[in-house]
Amino acid sequence: MSASRPTTRPRKEPSAAKPGRKAATTRAGAGPPPAGRPEAGHRTDLLEAMLRIRRFEERCVELYSAARIRGFVHLYIGEEAVAVGVSSALEPEDAVVSTYREHGHALARGLTPEAVMAEMHGKATGCSGGRGGSMHLFDASRRFYGGSAIVAGGLPLAAGLALADRMRGLPGVTCCFFGDGAFAEGEFHETANLAALWNLPLLLVCENNLYAMGTALAREHAQTDLAMRAASYGMPAWAVDGMDVEAVEQAARRAVGGIRAGAGPHFLELRTYRFRAHSMYDPDRYRDKAEIAQWKSQDPIARLTERLRGDGELDDEELARTEQRLADEIDHAVTAAERAPEEPVEDLLRHVTSAPSGEVSRP
Amino acid sequence: MSTATRGTGTTYREAMREALREALRSDERVFLMGEDVGRYGGCFGVSLGLLEEFGPDRVRDTPLSESAFVGAGIGAALAGMRPVVEIMTVNFSLLALDQILNNAATLLHMSGGQLPVPLVIRMTTGAGRQLAAQHSHSLESFYAHIPGIRVLAPATLEDARHVLAPALADPDPVVIFEHGSLYNAAGELGPAAGPVGLDRAAIRRPGTDISLITYGGSLPKALAAADELAADGIDAEVVDLRTLRPLDGTTLAVSVGRTHRAVVVDEAWRTGSIAAEVSARIAEESFYELDAPVERVCSAEVPIPYARQLEEAALPQTADIVAAAHRAVD
Ligand SMILES: Cc1ncc(C[n+]2csc(CCOP(=O)(O)OP(=O)(O)O)c2C)c(N)n1
Ligand SMILES: [Mg+2]
Repeated sequence: MSASRPTTRPRKEPSAAKPGRKAATTRAGAGPPPAGRPEAGHRTDLLEAMLRIRRFEERCVELYSAARIRGFVHLYIGEEAVAVGVSSALEPEDAVVSTYREHGHALARGLTPEAVMAEMHGKATGCSGGRGGSMHLFDASRRFYGGSAIVAGGLPLAAGLALADRMRGLPGVTCCFFGDGAFAEGEFHETANLAALWNLPLLLVCENNLYAMGTALAREHAQTDLAMRAASYGMPAWAVDGMDVEAVEQAARRAVGGIRAGAGPHFLELRTYRFRAHSMYDPDRYRDKAEIAQWKSQDPIARLTERLRGDGELDDEELARTEQRLADEIDHAVTAAERAPEEPVEDLLRHVTSAPSGEVSRP
Repeated sequence: MSTATRGTGTTYREAMREALREALRSDERVFLMGEDVGRYGGCFGVSLGLLEEFGPDRVRDTPLSESAFVGAGIGAALAGMRPVVEIMTVNFSLLALDQILNNAATLLHMSGGQLPVPLVIRMTTGAGRQLAAQHSHSLESFYAHIPGIRVLAPATLEDARHVLAPALADPDPVVIFEHGSLYNAAGELGPAAGPVGLDRAAIRRPGTDISLITYGGSLPKALAAADELAADGIDAEVVDLRTLRPLDGTTLAVSVGRTHRAVVVDEAWRTGSIAAEVSARIAEESFYELDAPVERVCSAEVPIPYARQLEEAALPQTADIVAAAHRAVD
C-alpha cells in the first residue's frame, strides 16, 4: 500500500455496521451526495425503481410455476435497494457487470421489463435473443455487460472494461456486482489487486446477503469483515446498510465521485438479504425462519415507503397509481413476450463467431 | 437405464450417495469436500444426509474456491488421505483445471514415480435443462485428453453405485462425470451387481447390424434409438464406453467387427470430441471391418443456448441417432 493513497482504510463507522442493525448505525458515507439535495421526486423514483424489480420478480415466480420461464432463476427480492441505490449513482457512460442474480441490476440500469421478460421466455425479442435466459441478460447499448453464471467470473472482465476506458481517455466508471461467495474466489482477489495496482476506475459492489447458496458467511470466510479485507488491497472500502436505498445511493455517489476524481477503485460491502431461496430449485433448508423474518422486517421498500410517508412525500393515492402503472408495464411485458416470435432453429449457429465460418456442425 | 421405471428401487442419485456412504464407512482416510456438499446436501442432492452421519470433518463444505479445494484434495491425497472432491459442474471445474492438469495428472511422472495422487473428483456434466451456456457443457474430452488421469462416465444405476470403490482403490487421480439428466433415473439395482471393473466398456444391448457407441447422458437416447431401429428391422448394438480414458479399444473392435457399422453419439461438440477419438480408433483398428463410414451424432458447435427449441436443436436427439444409423445401413 503506497503512501500516495491515503484513503485506503475502511471507514470506521460504516464498517462497524452489523447485519440486521437499524439504519441509524449503518448509514454509510457521512455527508450529502455531491450534487447537494436530490431534486424533488427523486426519492419516489427510487421507490418506483425498487417496486418495479419486486413486482417483476413476483410475476416471474408465477410464470416459472407455469413453466413459461425455465432454467435457473435467482430472485433478487429483498436486495432491491442495492441495485437501485448503486445504479442511481451511475451515468450512461459507465459500465455495469452483473451476476446470475441480475434482474434487479438489469432493470435498474434501464433495460425494459419487456426486453428482460422476453429473454426469460427465450424469445427472439429478448435482450440476448433468447440465448441467455434469466442468468445472461445483456444490453451493449446501455453498457450492461450482463450476467455471468460463473461465480466471480465477471470481476476480471470489469477490470478490463475499466482499463480500456482509462486507456481511451473516457470518463466511465465500471461497476461490478458480485456476492459474498464470490469474495472467496481467487478471481476476486486477483482483480482487486490488479485494480488497485493500476488505479483503475472500478467500483466493486459486494452484495453481502450472508449466504453463498446454502453456505453461511461464517462458514465461508475465516474473516467475515469483507470491507476490511478489501481495504487491505489499498482501496477505500465501506460497509453499508444494503436495506436502505438512500444510504446505498449516498455511499455509491461518494465512491463514484472518488473514482471519477482519479482515486482508483472503491469497494462497497452492501449488507443485505435475499428473502427467497437461492434459486427456484432450492428448498432453502439451511436458513432459520426467525432470521428470515427478522430481515423481512427491514424490507427496503417498506422502509422507504414509511420514510416518504413520514416526510409527507408520498400518499396512498400516489402509491396506488405507481403500483397500477407497474402492473400495467409488467402485464404488457408478459403479453409481448408471449406473443413474440421464437428464434428460428435454422439460426442456431448465429453469433458463434462474428463472421460465418461456413463450418457444418451437424450431421 | 433400460429398466428405468420411476418410483421403485433406487435412483442414480441415491446409488451415488450409497457409494459415498460405503466409502466413508469402510475407510477412515476417505473424506468428501466441495461447495455445499454438507449442510445443503450437494447442489444436486447427492450427499444429502452424509454430514449428519459422518460429521463436518469428513463431509466438508468449502468456500467458493475451486482451484484451492481441488488443489487441497491433491495435497491431502499426497499425504495419505483418500479425498473425494465434488465440483458442482464441469463448467466450474475449469477454475481447477490447472490443479488437475499441472498437479494431479503430472506429479507422479514429474517426480520420477515418487508422488502418486490417489484422488477422486466427481462433477456434473451435460445439458438438457435450459441452463444456458455456462451450465450445460460436456467437457469430458478436456479431461480425457490428459495422460495420468482416469476418466469415468457412469451411465447406469449399477455403475453409479459401484464405480466409486474401484476409483478410490486406484492409486492415480480419477475424474467421474455424472450427467445431470441421470440423477432422477430410477430402477431396481440388482443385489448381485458387484463392483465393476474400470477398464471395460459394456454392451448394454447386443445387436448385429450396427454399433451405437456412446457414454453418460446419451446412453438412454442411444437405447431409445435402438428400440426404434428394431421396429425398422435394424438390430443395433449399444456400447457404453463407461471409461473415457483409457478407452477400451478391444470392446470397440469386437463390436464393430460384429456389426461392420458404427454411429458414435456424444453430447460434446464434435470437433476434438470423445467421438472424434472413438472414430479415429475405429479407423485405426477396424478399418477393413467397416461397410460404411463412421457416423457421428454430436452437439452443434454452439455454446448451449437457453431457448428450449434452440437447446433441443443443439443436442443429439434420438431421431438424429436413428437417422445416422439409417445412413450407415441403407
Ligand atoms: C465458479 C462457480 N462455482 C460454483 C457455482 C455455483 N453457484 C452458483 S451461485 C453460488 C453461490 C454464490 O454466492 P454469492 O456470491 O454470495 O452470491 P448470491 O447467490 O448470494 O447472490 C454458487 C455456489 C458457480 N455458478 N460458479
Ligand atoms: Mg451471497
